[in-house]
Amino acid sequence: MNAARFLAMGGYAAYVWPAFGLACAVLLWNAWAARRAHARARAEAQRRLAGLEADA
Amino acid sequence: MDRTWLHKLASPPHFYRIAGRLAPWLGWPALALILIGLYGGLVLAPADHQQGEGFRILYVHAPSAWLSMLVYATLALASGIGLIWRIKLAHAVALAAAPIGAWFTFVALATGSLWGKPMWGTWWVWDARLTAELILLFLYLGFLALHGAIDDTGRADRAAAVLALVGVINLPVIHYSVYWWNTLHQGATITKLGKPSITFDMLWPLLVMLTGFTLCFAALLTRRVQAEILRRERDAAWLRAELAR
Repeated sequence: MNAARFLAMGGYAAYVWPAFGLACAVLLWNAWAARRAHARARAEAQRRLAGLEADA
Repeated sequence: MDRTWLHKLASPPHFYRIAGRLAPWLGWPALALILIGLYGGLVLAPADHQQGEGFRILYVHAPSAWLSMLVYATLALASGIGLIWRIKLAHAVALAAAPIGAWFTFVALATGSLWGKPMWGTWWVWDARLTAELILLFLYLGFLALHGAIDDTGRADRAAAVLALVGVINLPVIHYSVYWWNTLHQGATITKLGKPSITFDMLWPLLVMLTGFTLCFAALLTRRVQAEILRRERDAAWLRAELAR
């Protein structure tokens, strides 16, 4: 397949590529953010437990 | 009816463990389906006879719009369960769903705008479908803002849940807006009860993308609910054993 023709998207490149780029970026960001939220909450809970044990 | 499984599922430690085991089984298939759907939608599907290559925006726009509504239905259902049966886990699910829904509503609006410009000649119109979708974005943001504004978690959960239930009225408005009003937005592509308006080689990448996005939401939700459970159950005894593993 002709790469330049594919990228041109029949003249709609300026609309098609930003739409797909944005959708992929938001999907990736959400995957990263969900993992980070879980990792942070886990680390926070561990710190808290360690603190409680140190106080006891 | 035996409801012990339901009570078990609603218990935070049980749900936390199930979610942890489930997440990879949802996330990796979601990624695979989305990659297949992208290839199918961008490369394999033929160009539309009216909209040319521009119609391909459908493959990210429709799944995002679908999720914007599915996530809200999930959020509202969880809010209702939380309010009626006072199940705390349900409120955690609602709160975890809200940011995901807001993001996909934003993508639906932005990709719709990128589609509207070449096809309708404008980035935005105050059309029924578009306006209702914008209200959906405000409902998500309002839910998050209201929850964040109240310090006591229990009160924040209940206030936000009431807002979520009031907002449910917007869902049928979004769905039927293209029939109730004479709008610029085109009609449904696949939900015309068994008679889709596109051919199979255009349809299958869309179905793959819809399934991929749905699984992706499920995967994101499990991770976010896990995080929310950790925050809410920080003084629970089970957490000590769980974190030691």
